[in-house]
Amino acid sequence: MTTLSAGSAAPAAAPVVTRRLTYVKAFNEGLAQVMREDADVFVAGEDVAGYGGVFHMFDGLLGEFGPRRVVDTPIAEMALVGLGVGAAARGLRPVVDLMFMDFLGVCLDQVVNQAAKMKYMYGGAVSVPLTITTASGAGLGAAAQHSQSLEMWLAHIPGLKVCMPATPHDAKGLIVAAVRDGDPVVVMLNKVLLGAKGEVPEEIYEVPLGKADVVRGGDDVTIVTVGRMRDEAVRAAEELARTGVQAEVIDLRTVQPLDIGTVLESVRRTNRVLVAHEAVTFGGIGAEIAAQIQDQVFDHLDAPVLRLGAPFAPVPFAPVLEKAYVPDAERIAAGCRRLLERK
Amino acid sequence: MPPATTDPVTAQAPPAEVTRDVHERMVRIRLFETEAGRLMEAGRLPGFLHLYVGQEAVAAGVMSALADTDQITSTHRGHGHAIAKGARFREMYAELFGKATGYCHGHGGSMHINDLSIGMLGANGIVGAGLPIAVGAAFASVYRDDGGVAAAFFGDGASNIGAFHEAVNMAAVLRLPVIFVCENNGYAEFTAQADHMLLPDVADRADAYGIAKEIVDGMDAVAVHLAARRAVDRARSGGGPTLLEAKTYRYYDHQGVKGLRIPYRTQEEIDAWKARDAIDAMESWLVEHGHATREDIDAVWDRTRREIAEAIEYAERSPDPDPDTDLLRDVYTTGNANTTGDAS
Repeated sequence: MTTLSAGSAAPAAAPVVTRRLTYVKAFNEGLAQVMREDADVFVAGEDVAGYGGVFHMFDGLLGEFGPRRVVDTPIAEMALVGLGVGAAARGLRPVVDLMFMDFLGVCLDQVVNQAAKMKYMYGGAVSVPLTITTASGAGLGAAAQHSQSLEMWLAHIPGLKVCMPATPHDAKGLIVAAVRDGDPVVVMLNKVLLGAKGEVPEEIYEVPLGKADVVRGGDDVTIVTVGRMRDEAVRAAEELARTGVQAEVIDLRTVQPLDIGTVLESVRRTNRVLVAHEAVTFGGIGAEIAAQIQDQVFDHLDAPVLRLGAPFAPVPFAPVLEKAYVPDAERIAAGCRRLLERK
Repeated sequence: MPPATTDPVTAQAPPAEVTRDVHERMVRIRLFETEAGRLMEAGRLPGFLHLYVGQEAVAAGVMSALADTDQITSTHRGHGHAIAKGARFREMYAELFGKATGYCHGHGGSMHINDLSIGMLGANGIVGAGLPIAVGAAFASVYRDDGGVAAAFFGDGASNIGAFHEAVNMAAVLRLPVIFVCENNGYAEFTAQADHMLLPDVADRADAYGIAKEIVDGMDAVAVHLAARRAVDRARSGGGPTLLEAKTYRYYDHQGVKGLRIPYRTQEEIDAWKARDAIDAMESWLVEHGHATREDIDAVWDRTRREIAEAIEYAERSPDPDPDTDLLRDVYTTGNANTTGDAS
């Protein structure tokens, strides 16, 4: 157990007590806490109740909150998300679980045409405070239909918000923020990170949507990441530091809203930027960030914006192929070196 | 061809205040839609218009069996449902014109009219999409234990889409108070029922999910009302969902008044259904059963006509939305922010 100072500005505040928790446990704790504070929050999905979710995201919730608030449903994602939309439109705060993000394909209408648009097309009369949780990302040998990072499918749709927690701390803070938010929010848990451990405050807290995390400061090059690319970028930055290069690492945490301001501020100092993500490079968040950078801080650039994503192929199965598919620390470091070679 | 006329058993007929109310709801729909069709033909309305004329007995019969606090979800052909649930003409016409004073402030148009204050959770441009949402609305009623039910309206065509099957099964296993109201008008857009499904009765799909079903003559508003009441009672008392199929007909084309003039229906068929017009039948019934006089009926038409003329005038006089302030309004509840990357 670790006790952190709450900050000199508030000496009277109780110290923040943290423990090391896994990413999935931190998520679970945040969800349980927000369910305790708001009786309108319920969880529905396939095997979320009795089984606790295939990744144990919902362990213990049935026991504490009962079958009224933790609801097993048929494998019917369209009806499941629709149930969430209808309940949210009536003022409840549903958390519906899609298990694997790839299953978006069978319920996209309710996500994109219903949840996302309802507030706008109904003239502001309806809010849809719906949270969709799902597991994303490659690395478990789950192959093409259980490994995708589809954040940009969703970030492209006005009305949706998309979170990609990269640490146990953010897994808890973002699920709390998502459930409390008034709009539909998709929380993408990264499958490789589920067992990762980190310091997590005991109390309930929010990680605000649309606020990037400057993980590591540096003036030579900026590395922008989402999801588990954060850890790879930190390792790349440590390696670069051994050769005297100081890389700044920015974890976006949410791709919609996008905290472009933090990225632009960094690029104004470093003049070089690499964006790393698991999704395919084509049309990825890197493309959007590159466009916004050239639009707003073009004169600060000493090198073209470098995007590092997956090649334009489905996620492969064989471990050797899958490893080659997802960007890693080595490729991020090599990319940074290429950027630094430009004078 | 239309089903044979059924004469509802007088003994179980609802009281005059109910039957007159059902009739008035039908007249309101008919006149609203007829005038909307005229405006469309005159080129005064932007967008699409899916008129409900011919099917009035279904919306009026079902809605009169619901409490004001019950919820409905609707379809692309949603004006009738909104009106029967109590939506106001002014805001409806204003929305058809795309005005700032419309139900959606010009963000939605004909296919997105909604009024949460009367339990109208919205028309919907996606076929079948309202069913899962109604399941969620019913879930909320059970969650809150408020005794409410939800009715999902959809057509024969929607009974082929996955959302229908998922939603009906979900409501069945969760035993939710939902009335799935299939308005079988015989056509999925321009495709006849026999060409889009093999079962003659959509209601039989209830058997696959273990829920109650009923088929009713959708041109007989009293019969629809009584059938809806049975389904609502079942739902409210914990008996789970019902699939209620009303056999009905739309007089206008799938979209607009004259549509694409695709010869997918015969004049003989259209005339046979119009000969059993639901409003004509209801008016004869009211007079025969002493629930209303011809003068009472005329008075309903007259006052509705006046209300509609006033509402259209209001809508036309209303201001357009302002692109500077209204374009980005209501995308999010909190924080639209600097996320768009627009260079503006």
